[in-house]
Parts: sequence; structure tokens; C-alpha cells
Amino acid sequence: MSLTIVVCGSLVPDPLQSLIPMPTPDGFGLKNEMMLPHVLDPWAAHALYEAANLAKKVNGKVYLVSLGLKAKLQQSMMTIAQKVPFELVAVDASHSGFSDSSAVADALAAAINSIAGLDKSSLLIFGGWESASRAAGTTMQIVGEKLGIVDQFQGVDEILLNSDGSFQVLERVEGGTHQVSVCSGPPAVLGWATGNLPEPPNNPQVGMLNMRIVMPAIQQAKPATIKDQALTFHNVEVPAQRRQTKIVKDTPVPEIAREIVEWLRL
Amino acid sequence: MEKILFLSHTEENGHLSPHALETLTAASRIAAGLGGELLVGLYGGSTGDAVQQVSGKTYTIEEKIFAVSRYATDAAAAEAICRAAGATIVVAPGTSRTMRYLSGVAARLDGKVDTHITGLSTEGGLMLHRWYYRQRMRAEIRRSDRPWFIAVESGIFEKFVGTGGTVESVSVVIDDKLLRTSVQGFKSPVTGEQTIRPDADTLFVAGAGWTKKQADGQTHTDNAADLILDFLKKSGASLGSSKSLVDLKGEGQSVLPFMTHLNQVGQTGSTPRHPKGLATCCHGEEPHVVGWRFITERRAINLDPNCGWAQGKADVLYVADAFAVIEEINKLLG
Repeated sequence: MSLTIVVCGSLVPDPLQSLIPMPTPDGFGLKNEMMLPHVLDPWAAHALYEAANLAKKVNGKVYLVSLGLKAKLQQSMMTIAQKVPFELVAVDASHSGFSDSSAVADALAAAINSIAGLDKSSLLIFGGWESASRAAGTTMQIVGEKLGIVDQFQGVDEILLNSDGSFQVLERVEGGTHQVSVCSGPPAVLGWATGNLPEPPNNPQVGMLNMRIVMPAIQQAKPATIKDQALTFHNVEVPAQRRQTKIVKDTPVPEIAREIVEWLRL
Repeated sequence: MEKILFLSHTEENGHLSPHALETLTAASRIAAGLGGELLVGLYGGSTGDAVQQVSGKTYTIEEKIFAVSRYATDAAAAEAICRAAGATIVVAPGTSRTMRYLSGVAARLDGKVDTHITGLSTEGGLMLHRWYYRQRMRAEIRRSDRPWFIAVESGIFEKFVGTGGTVESVSVVIDDKLLRTSVQGFKSPVTGEQTIRPDADTLFVAGAGWTKKQADGQTHTDNAADLILDFLKKSGASLGSSKSLVDLKGEGQSVLPFMTHLNQVGQTGSTPRHPKGLATCCHGEEPHVVGWRFITERRAINLDPNCGWAQGKADVLYVADAFAVIEEINKLLG
């Protein structure tokens, strides 16, 4: 059984950066956004690692369809390309969280459809179940709908292929449990949570192989307009979150424990 | 006039969940605030009991096939109800089941979707509140496109008390193409220990410090595991973890055996809602800022009095050895 796995993933500012919203001529954005270091969205990155792991097992192929501004795509790919083998399909568009998921999904679906020779009968679409920017959990489903795929799974932590071509999926549901489903086979959409794989170490050889395709792909990236005129943002703000922290030190452990227990029981 | 449709699946017992009833309150407020018509849409294995929990005109789809949570059939049911109701605004609870299909149905109806809604107002038109960049910034948004699909978070509104709905059945055709996925059941990833309790009063966050070398130069992971589990049992708290602690498992290091990615709070984890939070041995931004966004009262136990992430984020920071404090707490909790 051979699979083609298309991973959708956008860019987000490095999670450890301070993010300050500000109005721009194109709507809301982040202060010094172009100066901020960016990474592949964390959940999309998990999806990419799972895709590479799966492709290795079935001799499949992985495409990474990534939407972002060219300059940031180029920077981010220097790292991402060293992780796992993939072929990049780049879409040149704003990766801001203050955009609409349906417009982003349209652009991603169009990019997927542009992949030459794509066989949808062996196609799995991977992506993060949410992003660390818009954090809506809505894009992958729309991509699936645009591609006519009605077997969809979100919050996925595991996929197991069966010998008959079917596969089992574990999806996160409420209460810290997984729903177990079996799908008869591709095509399907899987929005990944964290999966079970650690981040792969950088492999310069993989990076060199990937970069042969990555750089031309970025140069040839088609621009997409994802601005939604019907969506209006008001009053985007970072709420005051500074608390007056009371520091309790040089206090005997039993006293601390008593205080915490009283607080827990209130 | 706006037509506001409250849309929800029923639970296994045929009732609406508390989350759904809270969302129905949100829908009723939107309808009242906009002067619109409130409609109800329910689907599931059975809907009779749920109809008694709502009020007004209620579109229902009831069949065994809809008892399970599956994208293809859920989307088909939701699409049929939305079309029958002619809704301009669809309000649904942000459950895992709803979140799986809602944006797909919005796409089918050429609508727009917003999720994780944490507040709303109707003055001058509907305005929704939601968070961006992993709960770092809050925005108020409006849309002029319709239909507008909205998924509401839990714990925001009080539960709706209905007088019973007037049923109008909706039919939907399910062919074999929509049944390629079969739901096998549910699986708990933890071995014999239920550590995630969404309804708990307290979130206990365990950081990577629990698995590091202690004052005697040795790690005490087994002791840490016993202390944490004992605390969870006696306090009824839910267990969260920092990313670094969860990642240790994937890297093959000595870890707390019951800790999985499902416990993770923060950037790639959950942002749970609990009245109280107690962080132990945490040294990063994620548990204190992102994962704690919706924790009302926050306390931390940390050996470092200058821990920048606890200071300004927690209400009280206890500078002490978490092993000793939790052991003492467990004794007091009996």
C-alpha cells in the first residue's frame, strides 16, 4: 500500500516571543511581525513528523503545503527542512492569525489540487487540529470539504494502518480519553494533536536534499489573497495579566501545607 | 430578521449536556438582543428527552446512526437541519464532536465560522469575543457574512431552563459513502488512573522539576509519581503538565508513568477552566501564562523565589520543596 500524505502547515511567531497586536493598513497584525522569528505551527509540525513516520513505513511520499510570506517561509524552512524528507508546495500569503480560515482553506485546497499527478484514492491530508495563531480548529475541515473528503478526524494522536488498507484513528475527546474509529481507507483528513513522536533531530543530509526543492518552490509560490472584508476586528488587546504575587519563603513546610489545604477546601 | 439556530447533538442518554444548555442560553441571548427568532436543532440516537430541555420550534433528526460521533453523518445531519431552519446564525457548543464538523458544514452552506467563543454582546449587532495566539490576546469580532456558525466554550453562560420544544422532524439521506468510518469505542490512554477531570475544582500542574535531581543528587521519579497520584486521589484535582515533562517521555527519559500529552497544558496542550490551580516545579511560560489563562486562583510551589514565570502570574508563590509540601498536604487531606 502506497500513500501520498499532504501536510498543511502555516507559520507562527516563535511561542516565546512577546506578541503585541496593533492596527495596520490591512487590519490587525503584530508589532514588528516581520522581525519576529517564526516556526512551523507546533501542531502542524507534529502532523509533519507523523506523516514522515507513516510514509517511511509504506514507502509513501510527503508534501508540505505551507502558507506564509515568502521571506518567512524561507527562514523557517532552513530548520524545518532538516527534520524529515518532504516536497514543499508554497503559497505566498499572510500567515497572520487575524485572517479567516475559509480563505486560507481555499488557498490550501487550490495548492493541493495543483500537485501534479495527485491520486486522491491514496491521499491522506494531515495538518494541525488548531493553529497557534488563529487557534480556531476550522481550517482542515474546510480543506477536506473543498477536496470532497468526508472522512475526517480531529485531535488525532495515532493512526495505525491495517493490512486491508483500512486504518484506525485515535481522536481526543472530552475527559482525557480517545475515540477509536476505523476508516475503510483513504482519502481522509486528519487534524493532529500532538501525536506520539518526539521532534526529530536536525539531519543536514535531509536538509540538503529538501532544500533542492524548497528554494525553487518558494520562488515559484503563487500569491493568494486571504483578506476577508466582511470580518471586522475591534479592540484586539493583550489583557492585563500581572498579578500581585505574594512570596512565601522561610516558612516551615507544615505551615505551607496547612495554608494550601485550607485554600483547597474553601 | 436574523434566524438564530441553536444546534447540538444529544448525549448517549438522550439529554443535552450542561455545555449544550449553556450554549442554548447564549443563543437565546443573541436572539433576544438582535430581535431575532430562536430555533433549535437537535440530532442523535434519541432526541425526545432533549426536546423537553429546550423551548420553541425544534428541528430534530433521530436515528441510531447519529448516536455515534462521526464527521460524515454528523455533518449531514447538521447541514440538513441548518437548511431546514434557514438559519442565519448557528450557535453550537464547542464540544469535540461539534468542533469536528462545524466548519465543514459552514463551508457547505457558504458560511463563515468562529470557534472558542468566550463572550458576546449584541449592542449595535452581534459581536463575539475570542482569543488569538493561544490565549495571549483577546479580540472582539463582527461579521457581515451569513450564515455565521459559532462554537461557544463551556463555563461562560448559565444553563438554559426550557419548557419543551415543538418538534419538526427533518429527514436526511445517508448513503454508504458516509459510512466508511465506524466508531469502535473509547480508550483511556492512562493505565488505570483517571487524571484528567474537567469538572474538578483544582488543576494540579506538575512541571519537569519532579523528575530532576534533588538535593541528594539523585532523581526520585517513583516517589514523585506516588506523591502526585496520592494528591490527585485525595484532592480530586485534575492533572496538567508542562510540555517539557511530557516531552521527556518521548525522549525515553525517566518519567511519571501516568503522564501523557493529554495532560499537557500550554502552547500545544489544553487551556482548561478550573476555579483553582496549583503549579509545582514549573519553570516555563506555558503553564503559567497560556495554560493558566482561565484558572481563577493560582498558587505555585517552587524552589526559586525569583522564578519570573510564577511572579506576576500566580497569586501566591511558596518557596519550598514540592516533594516535602505535597507529602505534608497528603497527610492533612487524609
